[in-house]
Amino acid sequence: MRLDVLTALNAERAARRAAILVTVIEGGAQRLVTGAGIEADPLKAVLRKRLHSAKSGMEETPEGRVFLTVHVPPPRMVITGAVHISQALVPIARIAGYDVTIIDPRTAFATPERFPDVSLFAEWPETVLPKLSIDHYTAFVALTHDPKIDDYALVQALRSGCFYVGALGSTKTHARRVERLRAQGVSDAAIARIHAPIGLDIGAVSPAEIAVAVMAEITAALRRPEAVL
Amino acid sequence: MTQTDNLARDEDILKAAEDWARAGRGVALATVMQTWGSAPRPVGANLVIDGDGNFLGSVSGGCVEGAVVTEAMEVIASGKPRMLEFGVADEAAWKVGLSCGGTIRVYVEKVG
Repeated sequence: MRLDVLTALNAERAARRAAILVTVIEGGAQRLVTGAGIEADPLKAVLRKRLHSAKSGMEETPEGRVFLTVHVPPPRMVITGAVHISQALVPIARIAGYDVTIIDPRTAFATPERFPDVSLFAEWPETVLPKLSIDHYTAFVALTHDPKIDDYALVQALRSGCFYVGALGSTKTHARRVERLRAQGVSDAAIARIHAPIGLDIGAVSPAEIAVAVMAEITAALRRPEAVL
Repeated sequence: MTQTDNLARDEDILKAAEDWARAGRGVALATVMQTWGSAPRPVGANLVIDGDGNFLGSVSGGCVEGAVVTEAMEVIASGKPRMLEFGVADEAAWKVGLSCGGTIRVYVEKVG
């Protein structure tokens, strides 16, 4: 591998951007395709598929046999609300491979006893979110029901292009939320990206079941971003 | 994500490869490109080797690293990449310890 290719690859990884290294087996020619550059590449269909599955592997292509080394940043989950559903969601998200952060300014909720071994901030999202530099490979989950806590974070998550943005609340609660976000100048297209009511419709009742529904919806958003759920 | 992904949270092998090459060391990178059966490391796993035989990472959890390091020395010298195959049907593979019942194909290339 040429050093400039390796350097470019490491720069993409350090910036938490996806990239695929294409190695043509016969002859050893290599090129780096960044996530943003996939659509301009002759192998775009297969690159897109590999990017979504995040799996490296061999492919037969018009260029011959190529090996695709897929580099996708580890996904993160940021949750507002140190609530009951979050207590169930944290271990599920961890097992699924996410780095989880919880934000809740209510100090009675955000305690290490309720949330051991997790990145926990008993502060306002306005204080914490700018420091986290949330990005595309971040799932954002709003679980407080409280506009004072959730709204700012939702707007930031939409602006940051998080691959998943979900908000707890009934259809009625969400309708009021939509009005508030519109009043803040958030576009309808952006608002439409919010998954609400949150979670796949599996009839979840208990906090743990809702956490399962949320995790399933996030998984679908990560692995099948083209599917509208 | 699962173990089959290339996670930056493992020791950062590609960063080490870059740093070693910048420091003027001869460097080769080994990548697991195909596996059959119960291979201990997933496709995409990396091992970085320098000209003195120092290495970081893993392509087989210890089974064939010794053989890969030896081949890597020649790749560093020649600059030509090569594909190595280790499997249970291959007597050499038994010698290097791939008794875990899998077959792996490892690509070794020079860095720089």
